[in-house]
Amino acid sequence: MISQSIEILVFSVFAGFLGSLLGLGGGIIITPSLTLILGIDIKYAIGASIISVIATSSGSAIAYLRDKITNIRVGMFLEIATTIGALTGAFISGLINPKYLYVIFGLLLLYSAVNMCRKRKQELPREFTPHPLANKLKMNGTYYDKAHSKEISYNVTGIYGGFGMMYVAGVISGLLGIGSGIFKVMAMDTFMKLPMKVSSATSNFMMGVTAAASAGVYFTRGNIDPKIAAPVALGVLIGATIGTKVMQQLKSVTLRMIFIPVLLYVSIQMIVKGVNI
Amino acid sequence: MSDIGNDRSGKINDTEIFISKALRLGVIISAVVIGFGFILLLATGNSGYPSGTFPTSLSQVINGIASFKSYAIIAAGLLLLILTPVFRVGISIITFIKEKDSLYTIITIIVFSILIISFLLGKGE
Repeated sequence: MISQSIEILVFSVFAGFLGSLLGLGGGIIITPSLTLILGIDIKYAIGASIISVIATSSGSAIAYLRDKITNIRVGMFLEIATTIGALTGAFISGLINPKYLYVIFGLLLLYSAVNMCRKRKQELPREFTPHPLANKLKMNGTYYDKAHSKEISYNVTGIYGGFGMMYVAGVISGLLGIGSGIFKVMAMDTFMKLPMKVSSATSNFMMGVTAAASAGVYFTRGNIDPKIAAPVALGVLIGATIGTKVMQQLKSVTLRMIFIPVLLYVSIQMIVKGVNI
Repeated sequence: MSDIGNDRSGKINDTEIFISKALRLGVIISAVVIGFGFILLLATGNSGYPSGTFPTSLSQVINGIASFKSYAIIAAGLLLLILTPVFRVGISIITFIKEKDSLYTIITIIVFSILIISFLLGKGE
């Protein structure tokens, strides 16, 4: 039992680290590590990954808020969409076979990898006029980029597209027990044109709330096994604390390049697993 | 990109620091509780529950803590961790009210309400 706990802890530190770097929940690492490598039932892996998402979110938000990378107005506004979506997803998840969860999860990751690949060379968002609603909602902002040693100002656009995408992100989170940070980062990066680091930090900030909205359901349903969830929570918190320090020093291009291979590898494994059940 | 960014008030910086500190407190408390329960589990090898079962409701967790069961203590810490984002949203409402930002006060209250509804629905299942 102790050796399994240590293994879970190690995977979780890595999940928290990567999750806080990229604005993802870490479920992306936790779910396949627990199911594919440690042979833990997907039922408990999903519960553990919900815990991982919340730990990554709260753990990394401490630093990203303090250093003002997170755009809390964008985050709060979009949380309306993600919480309603999460609730929708949690209630339809009991109706779907785990086999399909693997395949859906795998295909989602694959799609995100392709999407990230297309944008791999873009360091900072280009100039554009902000959406009128972004002005009204006071969303445009600035942050200090440690990799460039300068203050970076940015505008926000694509509010409606971003909002819609966030609802989908919430549904996926509730359905699969992942933070679907990919979709949150995508909504802010692609639709709303926020800088990569702001998207990542704001996604991290938001996904805890999305996950908390469905965590109650998972808890009462018996998906959260203490002996698995405890090392996950502790490991992820450690990893996220380290990740927030590293992320600010990295260039956005580097962040994307770290992510693409991981995403491809995990997505293919999950699809294979789903097909073989 | 010259004078954009002026839209955000100076006060929001304090808001961010305040929320950050509140979150740090919540995270530390939950980590200590989870860590304590986990060490207890590893040291005693006793979860306090029959094999393959664990507490899945608040009342079970509270009863388990009363009899010092390691699984119940871990579960309590996990519930505290699950509550940190909710707590964070609650704190945000207060800070937006202080800032006299009625639009974001309303937005945050909506989010908070949905969260509470989702918890109640989860409990009732």
